[in-house]
Amino acid sequence: MSEEKYLLEVEHLKQYFPVAQGFKKIPLKAVDDVSFKIRPGETLGLVGESGCGKTTVGRTLLRLYQPTGGKITFDGDVLYDSENKIDKDMLPYRKKMQMVFQDPYSSLNPRMTVEDIIGEPLDVHKLYSNKAQRREKILHLMELVGLNAEHAMRYAHEFSGGQRQRIGIARALAVDPTFIVCDEPVSALDVSIQAQVVNMFEELQEKLGVAYLFIAHDLLVVHHISDRIAVMYLGHIVEIADADELNNNPMHPYTLSLLSAVPIPDPETARNSKRIILEGDVPSPLHMPSGCPFRTRCRYATEKCAEVNPELTDRGDGHLVACHNR
Amino acid sequence: MANENEVQNENDYNFLLEVDDLHTSFFTENGEVRAVNGISFKLEPGKTLGIVGESGSGKSVTAYSIMQILAETGKIVKGSVTFRGEDITNWNEKKLQEFRGSKVSIIFQDPMTSLNPVFTVGFQLEEAVRLHTGKSKEEAKKRAIEMLTLVGVNEPESRVKQYPHELSGGMRQRVMIAMALACEPDILIADEPTTALDVTIQAQILELMQELQKKMGMSIIMVTHDLGVIASMCDEILVMYGGRICERGTADEIFYHPCHEYTKGLLRSIPKQDNMGEKLVPIGGTPINLLNMPKGCAFCPRCENAMKICLTEQPDEYWVGDNHLASCFMNMKDLVENREGRQ
Ligand SMILES: Nc1ncnc2c1ncn2[C@@H]1O[C@H](COP(=O)(O)OP(=O)(O)O)[C@@H](O)[C@H]1O
Ligand SMILES: Nc1ncnc2c1ncn2[C@@H]1O[C@H](COP(=O)(O)OP(=O)(O)O)[C@@H](O)[C@H]1O
Ligand code: SF4
Ligand SMILES: [Mg+2]
Ligand SMILES: [Mg+2]
Repeated sequence: MSEEKYLLEVEHLKQYFPVAQGFKKIPLKAVDDVSFKIRPGETLGLVGESGCGKTTVGRTLLRLYQPTGGKITFDGDVLYDSENKIDKDMLPYRKKMQMVFQDPYSSLNPRMTVEDIIGEPLDVHKLYSNKAQRREKILHLMELVGLNAEHAMRYAHEFSGGQRQRIGIARALAVDPTFIVCDEPVSALDVSIQAQVVNMFEELQEKLGVAYLFIAHDLLVVHHISDRIAVMYLGHIVEIADADELNNNPMHPYTLSLLSAVPIPDPETARNSKRIILEGDVPSPLHMPSGCPFRTRCRYATEKCAEVNPELTDRGDGHLVACHNR
Repeated sequence: MANENEVQNENDYNFLLEVDDLHTSFFTENGEVRAVNGISFKLEPGKTLGIVGESGSGKSVTAYSIMQILAETGKIVKGSVTFRGEDITNWNEKKLQEFRGSKVSIIFQDPMTSLNPVFTVGFQLEEAVRLHTGKSKEEAKKRAIEMLTLVGVNEPESRVKQYPHELSGGMRQRVMIAMALACEPDILIADEPTTALDVTIQAQILELMQELQKKMGMSIIMVTHDLGVIASMCDEILVMYGGRICERGTADEIFYHPCHEYTKGLLRSIPKQDNMGEKLVPIGGTPINLLNMPKGCAFCPRCENAMKICLTEQPDEYWVGDNHLASCFMNMKDLVENREGRQ
């Protein structure tokens, strides 16, 4: 088991943002001690409520933020290790690690043509030897994501949401990455368009073997697209398991509530299931509770939960749970 | 065709609200946008009616037409909205103001549409109560705290002194519901009330709405694009597309025996417990453009099973089951093919 090769290994990753409170700065713990691994060609879904730190995880992995601590290993290379003071130059790895964003409207420059949007990363990394080759690559990428070649000279603002998302992913694919952080890529799309884009992500993975960290708040979409799912709460990962296992056998008290809250598009199931209502709101990441981050809303909390933060432990077959009492 | 066998109800007052052949248009620079194009439905007391459809299908405009809170360019051009036997489309503004809030209330996706940022929560609640009931200041204050307690706002006595921006999203939504229900309306219209919220907060709010409905007995019109919300909340469902109702029926009928190609497509395109291992089946084509509506069935350009007749004629509503109607020629396929064969 330990021989298994991972594409990405994240250990004890921390991302604190200094926030002014009166005269002093206190750390906002957006990501606090997060560990997970992703295999080549695999999709790890990342779910949790807004503000729990999903985007920050993605951006920190791509080093759009300088991490506060922890260790990131990609394809066998240690890119960052706070303990051993390793902090590699990211430029060569930018080709391998890419990101797709939620809002296809704001993440693409509306005044650029599709050809230039997709061509830009090719230019940056000098991935062609002449104009004809550049164009050929762009057309190939457009075909991959299901865009019509005739659209190459059109401007981004002329496209619908679903098509812009295709442009965004073609651009990410231009450098031939092995890993893409997909940050809520279908959340802004209409239901009837969502399926097209979800399918495109799945097909590209089959064709190109690229791995995804797929962030979304729609748990059914995440379940559909992911091999495994990680559940985040207040900067921590509280549970990781195979997608089906997590849905059939959720263990962490937060995951139980989260899954029971998902409105299932099936009246019979809806009638027979009971929502486990969580009282109150998520605490502020500026004032993390002591011990377990979930204890202020947890039905199973005991004294120990206020004292010791539970570690992720394996409950069999890679089903990891961070809870003292479940 | 469908109207022939439509059962006329003996007692129309079984229905709180009847919308009949409603047409609402916006008059824009680019021409008349027919946002709602001849829809009819009836609402029973104490029931929840869901209106579902993709964005731009006319759900909100339907809701705003009932409330008569359309944008200036919008107008009900045809049809009626009957509340307890009275057509309200020709009521004057004064009568409508009484109607809004005390008879029918609406809540929105963004609570800040209903809440004023510069007044405290308590002040706004009291005003809402006083406007409709003529209660004294003291009584209104009491009612405000009562309502906040009812919608599950903790420490209501101190919350009344807070401003909307000092509350979390879920809390604001509760305050908006408290305001909408302060005068015990007969109908609550909820336009995507939980779309902007996280699922656990959404669950809180949906649970709250169901609880309040049990306690207060109001009808709910639930407007949403989320089939999950619809399935878990509604007795009856209208599926809208391109400003028309393409299918209506009980939740079970719509989900287990969909009879319109669009409804079928929608249900195939979303991830469900039972299609996790399979590819989703997307609806092809592009969303509708109201300025360029097809002559026949609105869904025709995206429909894989479209027949010749679908291009040129608008389908009537056909009975396809108990309390279940669908406007799709596929339900008359044999008849249609016979006829097209003869042509
Ligand atoms: N650049 C930043 N500076 C300060 N705080 C931030 C920054 N980015 C995110 N945060 C905070 O970190 C927390 C996690 O945010 P985010 O990663 O965006 O959550 P999610 O994507 O799960 O909604 C939030 O409390 C957010 O306000
Ligand atoms: N104020 C307005 N001016 C012009 N068109 C409008 C206006 N409001 C809504 N519409 C149009 O009416 C149609 C239906 O809108 P709406 O009812 O808001 O859809 P939804 O089903 O998403 O709630 C849309 O095509 C929209 O563009
Ligand atoms: S560790 Fe304690 S507080 Fe945390 S989830 Fe488990 S039981 Fe609840
Ligand atoms: Mg985010
Ligand atoms: Mg709407």
